[in-house]
Amino acid sequence: MSAPVDNPIVHDLVGCNSCGLVNRWPAGLTRVRCARCNAPLTRRIPRSLSRSWAFLTAAVMLYLPANLLPIMHVTSLGQVRSDTILSGAEFLLIHGMWPLALIVFVASILVPIVKMVIIGYLLISVQRRSPARPLDRTRLYRFTEFVGRWSMVDIFVVTVLVALLQMGAVADVRAGSGALYFAAVVILTMLATFTFDPRLIWDNVGKQDE
Amino acid sequence: MNPPAPHQHDLIACHECDLLQRLPAAQARALVRCRRCGSVLHHAGRDPFTPPLALGITALILFVISTSFPLLDFSLGGQHASTYLLAGIRQLYLQGAILLAGVVLFTTVIAPLLHISLLIYVYLPLTLGRRPPGFVAALRIMQWVLPWSMLEIFLLGVIIAAVKLAEQATIVAGPAAWSLAILVFVLAGAATQVHPGRLWDRVA
Repeated sequence: MSAPVDNPIVHDLVGCNSCGLVNRWPAGLTRVRCARCNAPLTRRIPRSLSRSWAFLTAAVMLYLPANLLPIMHVTSLGQVRSDTILSGAEFLLIHGMWPLALIVFVASILVPIVKMVIIGYLLISVQRRSPARPLDRTRLYRFTEFVGRWSMVDIFVVTVLVALLQMGAVADVRAGSGALYFAAVVILTMLATFTFDPRLIWDNVGKQDE
Repeated sequence: MNPPAPHQHDLIACHECDLLQRLPAAQARALVRCRRCGSVLHHAGRDPFTPPLALGITALILFVISTSFPLLDFSLGGQHASTYLLAGIRQLYLQGAILLAGVVLFTTVIAPLLHISLLIYVYLPLTLGRRPPGFVAALRIMQWVLPWSMLEIFLLGVIIAAVKLAEQATIVAGPAAWSLAILVFVLAGAATQVHPGRLWDRVA
């Protein structure tokens, strides 16, 4: 980087995590609140790495039951069919609805995996104090922040089908146990993203020049 | 607790990379980006209160329509059924999927309603030249709740469910589906009109 790296820590300044105001952090004081919004001031999200790791680990563990257990059971004409996330996408593909199959596959299968890999990579790179390609890593962070919520779409499909085909003579749809695991994976990866502090990526930039 | 710390209004620390930079004095550009990581630091220029308020009130009306009318009408061989957003959540609850019902209730009803209500709560007094009581708390909750409001994703879910069933049955989009589709765009519009940084500037 040719641009001068100007770190607030050097200046005894700190940006408020809540409202963004730059506060002076008087020397010797430990607990300071933001002058504007009264939020406690911290330089980084407290215990960002350990909390993010905890959410990520939980998400990875629940990822298996989320994909192996059925997310819904459809009873029609006395026959019960159980759908997992993957077989739901397969159903759309077989019936020629490949654009939707693609959306479901990307949102429900690809995105959660890619997201967990990215968060894991970001956490490890920060822990190893890697100064490499901070801008690209920030972009990866933004990508996970933006895209993660969309995996919830399968849960909403189940909700609509359950509402539409309740106790009908045509079919009866029940939510499967996989649905809750899947929702949990989406929520936990979102929490892992929100607790990860992207400013940590930049903390090691320029240190090697000193 | 210590007394409030002294602060500097022309400085800004990027919330994504923590680079300390001075905001340009003559704010010719509408958007000020971090010179290191490119994240949006500040919206300069005009910051009228009426568009967010109008969008907030529109969103509230559309939200009421989206929850009180059928999303999809289903008919097959003389059988008819309609689906409502809240009925789906209730049905999940009755099936014993209580936590799942809670997740759907929060992401499609509570969080969007909270977001829309806070838009109105914050911007209505501002257009009248006042700050609402609990302004700081309102802004904080508004920022927190935003990612959990998932109406646009729910809309995609409705579309996928409709297409899945269209093979076997006749599916007609109900009034709630149309209002939900408009609501998604209204909320997206509100997101471009609301500048949290400018709102925080009103606190001090």
